[in-house]
Amino acid sequence: MKLLIKGGRVIDPASGKDKKGNVYIEDGKVKSHPADTKKIEGEKGAQVIDARGKIVAPGLIDIHVHLREPGFEHKETIRTGCESAAAGGFTSIVCMPNTNPINDNASVTEYIMLKARTEGIVNVFPIGAITKGEKGETLAQIGEMYEAGCVGISDDGMPVMNSKVMRHAMEYVKAFGIPVLTHAEDKNLSGHGVMNEGDTSTLLGLGGIPSASEDVMVSRDITLAELTGTHLHICHVSTAGSVRLIRAAKKRGVNVTAEAAPHHFTLTDRAVAEYDTNAKMNPPLRREEDRLALIEGLKDGTIDVIATDHAPHSEDEKKVEFDLAPFGIVGLETSLPLSLKLVEDGILTLPGMIEKMTSIPSRILNLGRGTLEAGAPADVVIFDADAPVKIDRTKFRSKSKNTPFNGWDLKGRVLYTIVGGKVVYSA
Amino acid sequence: MADKVVLDSDSVNRTISRIVNQILERNNGAADVVIIGIRTRGVHIATRIANEIEKLEGIRPEMGTLDITLYRDDLRQKTEWPKVERTEVPFDLDDKKVILVDDVIFTGRTTRAAIEAIMDFGRPSSIQVVTLIDRGHRELPIQPDYTGLKLNTLSSETVRVHLKEADGKDEVVVVKQ
Amino acid sequence: MAFERKHILGLEELNAEEITLVLDTAESMREVSDRDVKKVPALRGVTVCNLFFEPSTRTRSSFEIAEKRLSADVLNFTTIHSSVVKGETLLDTARNLEAMGASMIVIRHPMSGAPWLLAKELNSSIINAGDGWHEHPSQGLLDLFTIRRLKGRIEGLKVAIVGDILHSRVARSDIWGFTKLGAEVRVVGPPTLIPKYIEHINAKAYYNLEDAIDGADVVIMLRIQKERQDSEFFPSLREYSRFYGLTREKLRGAAKDVTVMHPGPINRGVELSSDIADGAEAVILEQVSNGIAVRMAMFYLVASARRTS
Repeated sequence: MKLLIKGGRVIDPASGKDKKGNVYIEDGKVKSHPADTKKIEGEKGAQVIDARGKIVAPGLIDIHVHLREPGFEHKETIRTGCESAAAGGFTSIVCMPNTNPINDNASVTEYIMLKARTEGIVNVFPIGAITKGEKGETLAQIGEMYEAGCVGISDDGMPVMNSKVMRHAMEYVKAFGIPVLTHAEDKNLSGHGVMNEGDTSTLLGLGGIPSASEDVMVSRDITLAELTGTHLHICHVSTAGSVRLIRAAKKRGVNVTAEAAPHHFTLTDRAVAEYDTNAKMNPPLRREEDRLALIEGLKDGTIDVIATDHAPHSEDEKKVEFDLAPFGIVGLETSLPLSLKLVEDGILTLPGMIEKMTSIPSRILNLGRGTLEAGAPADVVIFDADAPVKIDRTKFRSKSKNTPFNGWDLKGRVLYTIVGGKVVYSA
Repeated sequence: MADKVVLDSDSVNRTISRIVNQILERNNGAADVVIIGIRTRGVHIATRIANEIEKLEGIRPEMGTLDITLYRDDLRQKTEWPKVERTEVPFDLDDKKVILVDDVIFTGRTTRAAIEAIMDFGRPSSIQVVTLIDRGHRELPIQPDYTGLKLNTLSSETVRVHLKEADGKDEVVVVKQ
Repeated sequence: MAFERKHILGLEELNAEEITLVLDTAESMREVSDRDVKKVPALRGVTVCNLFFEPSTRTRSSFEIAEKRLSADVLNFTTIHSSVVKGETLLDTARNLEAMGASMIVIRHPMSGAPWLLAKELNSSIINAGDGWHEHPSQGLLDLFTIRRLKGRIEGLKVAIVGDILHSRVARSDIWGFTKLGAEVRVVGPPTLIPKYIEHINAKAYYNLEDAIDGADVVIMLRIQKERQDSEFFPSLREYSRFYGLTREKLRGAAKDVTVMHPGPINRGVELSSDIADGAEAVILEQVSNGIAVRMAMFYLVASARRTS
């Protein structure tokens, strides 16, 4: 298998490369960046992709995805989730453990790994649960899950409320060198909240989730990270308070990283007006000042990673009373154009954006990907950063269509997604 | 498009006077007579009728106003939005002779609606219909008891009754579309 | 002006002219209600469904009388079980009623925004009879109607709303209605029951009852849900009543011709003392009678807008 990607703007933040050039792939690995391609083109069986005027970058990595399998296959399966990822330019995705059964032991991990190998067209890395059944009480089979392939642990969606349990989890993972990912939320403070507490929730008469319920938990988890020295990764940061806390923690050397989701840096809680359940997610869309703080955090590096929190739900599940609708939106197929908007708005450079979607997430979870250096796995995305796209949910590869961005006019079209040297998606 | 004046100011007044005389003649005076005008121009004519009766008989009959919007059978077809106005019938209608006044009778549907409304207020001994203009084209078996002027009109024509109270002058014109 | 709305979901989306039109129309409906034969044929042949997911006999009866006075055919569907418990979704339930011929659906639902869902997905006109903590437009309109009849105006009045503002759909509709017609609205209650962001929707927040009703022309007492005392909102009904219950003593600072309203049902001795509930300032029963006229106006306006659109 030989593949030559010719004449594109090759951006590889891990090596600091950003220039017009070629990428040559052989046997699933990046072989070289040849200046002269004549010889390769002459060889028999070499596939050539003309990437002139396009961006050639490491395949995107999303470290926050819900694949729903096993247990909720009507929302998404490993197969459809991977297809959705490929269509969005992602070559590696990291899936959260809140399936049914919950990924809290090695047999579930192995099932996911097997399914991903046989049916998934992109790389899938599971996250194991912190506690058994995500109940927040006793530790899950963390070591065995690590051996089976889990790259981190998290009780995503069901934060560990007991600080002592959280402390022990953070201590225990040190034996395996994987990070603890936290969905930072004080569930008591959130109560029955279904959207951000603010003037919109007051107006709509919906239960509010105050920013404070994220802030106090971020604060606790940073404190525990300081206590234990463990690498803490804070998922889907949504508040200005969290950004401040993380910035300060990093400044004093705490081993903490953080991610933000495109919907949080794009939308505010006003999107919930008229009770749009496709604007219902947790953490909820916040106020404009929070959105601006996230953007500031992305800019100054406080927020390391862009991750989608891809959370598919079926149409029927979302077409109900706002209180009853499940939290979450799909994100894989809108992430790149929404992130490119940050580049267009001058917040991030294009390499800076790519870095937050490739090399940094790879480093955080030790995935050994996210670069185009010779010898690296040949995971590549080729996209046109300026091509206009109209978000059309009916065209999503994901099994679910729950997006608040339907009909949006954006820029950034994925042309090829290449995993291990193989084209898994082409526009 | 030509407007044709069919009644001028003097003839409007003469016509109303004649109708008043007919009402008094038929009812042997004004005892138990009540006057109800259909909004909006029927109310003005009704007021004039009441004034004249008072002048001639020395007693003023009770006056009511009727908004028939809630009784229409054409809500479904209306292109113009029908605003509900006040109905005021602040007296008992039982055993009264109700003189129901409108400016123009056309299909008869307004009169039907008004009769239905009056029946909801009580059980009058009779309902007598006054119209200044009868322009024909009836769609229901309803005939006025007192008619100012009978006109042969085309369905496409419009009859406009102008009254001093609402329009500054008394005049009836036929407008060709 | 013409009324052009297919639904009435809340007072937030109505403008001052539309609200005034409802109140004007309600005057005509009030006249119908004062007749011996309290019935007009305006909605003959129209099937209206009262879809109630909360046991509110009072509101449902008022809507039902309004429907019947307009000669509509009435279909009642009351269940205390939310759709999840029943296993049928709200939309499926409503679609069934539509299939039975309902073209107007009156919905009372414990969750905010449920009427919006129906309005988005169904062909029927939707009338919100109270959704969660969101709005109770017919109550707001009847409060406005009652006060306008009594005082001849809304503009310039000082209105105090007392109690559990956080969980009150009546409060939200009243705030929108009174402020849109030019009144000044104050809300008062225990700080735990005053939403932090209430001032963003034009109401001034108070924590002290006397301060809030100082000079008030209208005092609207909200019903306090007894279950709130068991949670962390306030320690006991006794303490609530002591600080936020309306007594003659506390009412002294209000305007001389102050009017006291309550959407009912009253917890006597908790929200207000009996001498006020039965006193000259209270118009609680007048509110009930006016509720029918206002609801008739809402039906008529929505029905006529449907037919002219």
